[in-house]
Amino acid sequence: MKEYTYYPGCSAEASGRAYDISARNVAQALGIDLVELPDWNCCGATTYLSVDAERAMALSARNLALAESRGSDLVAICSGCFSMLSKANHRMAANGELKGKIDRALHAAGLEYKGTTRVRHLLDVLVNDVGEGAIRDSVEKDLKGLKVAAYYGCQLSRPKGMFDDPEFPTSLDRLLSWFGAEPVSYPVKAKCCGGMLMTSQSEVCERLVQKLLSAAVGAGAECIATICPLCQINLEGYQKQINKAFGTRLDIPVFYFTQLMGLAMGMGEKELRLSDNLTPSGAIAARC
Amino acid sequence: MAKTEVSASDTEELNSLFLRELRLVPEWEKIKLCIQCGTCTASCPTSWAMDIKPREIMGLFRAGRLDKVLQSNAVWICASCYSCTVRCPSGVKVSDVMYALRAVGIKHGLLPKGEKYPALAKAFAKVVDKYGRNAESELLARYYLRSDPLGLGKQLPLGLRLLRRGRLALLPKGIRGREDIEKMMTELEREDRG
Repeated sequence: MKEYTYYPGCSAEASGRAYDISARNVAQALGIDLVELPDWNCCGATTYLSVDAERAMALSARNLALAESRGSDLVAICSGCFSMLSKANHRMAANGELKGKIDRALHAAGLEYKGTTRVRHLLDVLVNDVGEGAIRDSVEKDLKGLKVAAYYGCQLSRPKGMFDDPEFPTSLDRLLSWFGAEPVSYPVKAKCCGGMLMTSQSEVCERLVQKLLSAAVGAGAECIATICPLCQINLEGYQKQINKAFGTRLDIPVFYFTQLMGLAMGMGEKELRLSDNLTPSGAIAARC
Repeated sequence: MAKTEVSASDTEELNSLFLRELRLVPEWEKIKLCIQCGTCTASCPTSWAMDIKPREIMGLFRAGRLDKVLQSNAVWICASCYSCTVRCPSGVKVSDVMYALRAVGIKHGLLPKGEKYPALAKAFAKVVDKYGRNAESELLARYYLRSDPLGLGKQLPLGLRLLRRGRLALLPKGIRGREDIEKMMTELEREDRG
């Protein structure tokens, strides 16, 4: 078992619970030991960063410092956490003055950060560390040509493109194809779901999500695979509202990518919590 | 209530607050290299809903009109998708400039009328300062009850569906590290004062 330090993020504790559970189970079955970072705190997210950048960086820095003492890569499942923890790392490395100030704040809490924690997204770990061979070997029930729209959203590959193309990522498409799924051509796969705008500017956000959902249906997808809890809830939670606003008839299942992986690996409700999903997942689960 | 008149001393304070936030962005100086090509506006998924477009924001910044920028809805409709940032031919980190502008708006209190995101962001920071993690239910309750009671009605059906599936944690879960966070924030504040 290869060990990684796992950063679930706040969504994993409630709305994104099924993502957390399925991620842990899938990783374990692939020989990856996700050890939860003890007493982790909020990464700061886009929202705190909009209030005060230094304080937001300090929040991420505590996690980076705690992870550094464990010595393995810090793995996030949420694109927002992945982006924010990476941003704190980049900014502290580029700005000695900021690093000094955050260091003094960490010191006040009895912590220290040398700057060596590597931040990863679980998708990166699965595609690039576990790799195609081991993943193909783990398949028990082939996804039998299931047509999937692989949706990446924004903050996984932008701005830095740390492990995939910033505008046209492909790693999730490849991963799904190793399970026998058939990723559809989905040119909007890295366009934005609006994130937190669903709360403060719902009309603007619904339009973004409507385009993403309609494009997936138009491309012949039977379901959508997501890699971020906020994307997932924006894509699956507002379909009724969007149908009302736009006169559409959208009703497409939206999975966490780890749930689809788990289905192909022969896992069931206990390991994947498909009953948490708001969109119907039964027909697809029954086919696998 | 949002301010509308901006005095000379306000302008000075705005500029210094903005510079403070902006300097935290690596290669922030590149904001001066904007060639007004409009790639940012064309790449933005929400520019259609903005009263002032991202290209104009860069122009207004150079014209010394931060007050006008901060009173636009654009700063708050940016969804942080970084499309502008990866495409800008001059290397301007437009999304990070937007973050800096939002922080200045909140600190100075110069906000567009009727915009709801500032209240959401402030409620988020309060919840995280208190518990060390986000508590989704408390955040949404704080935000909707105080700032958007009508929005609450719209969100309620989804809230109930999530609740039925156990996807809403009603009680916040604090972490031991809350004390660490308090000490860290106190230290940041102490340095700012001194």
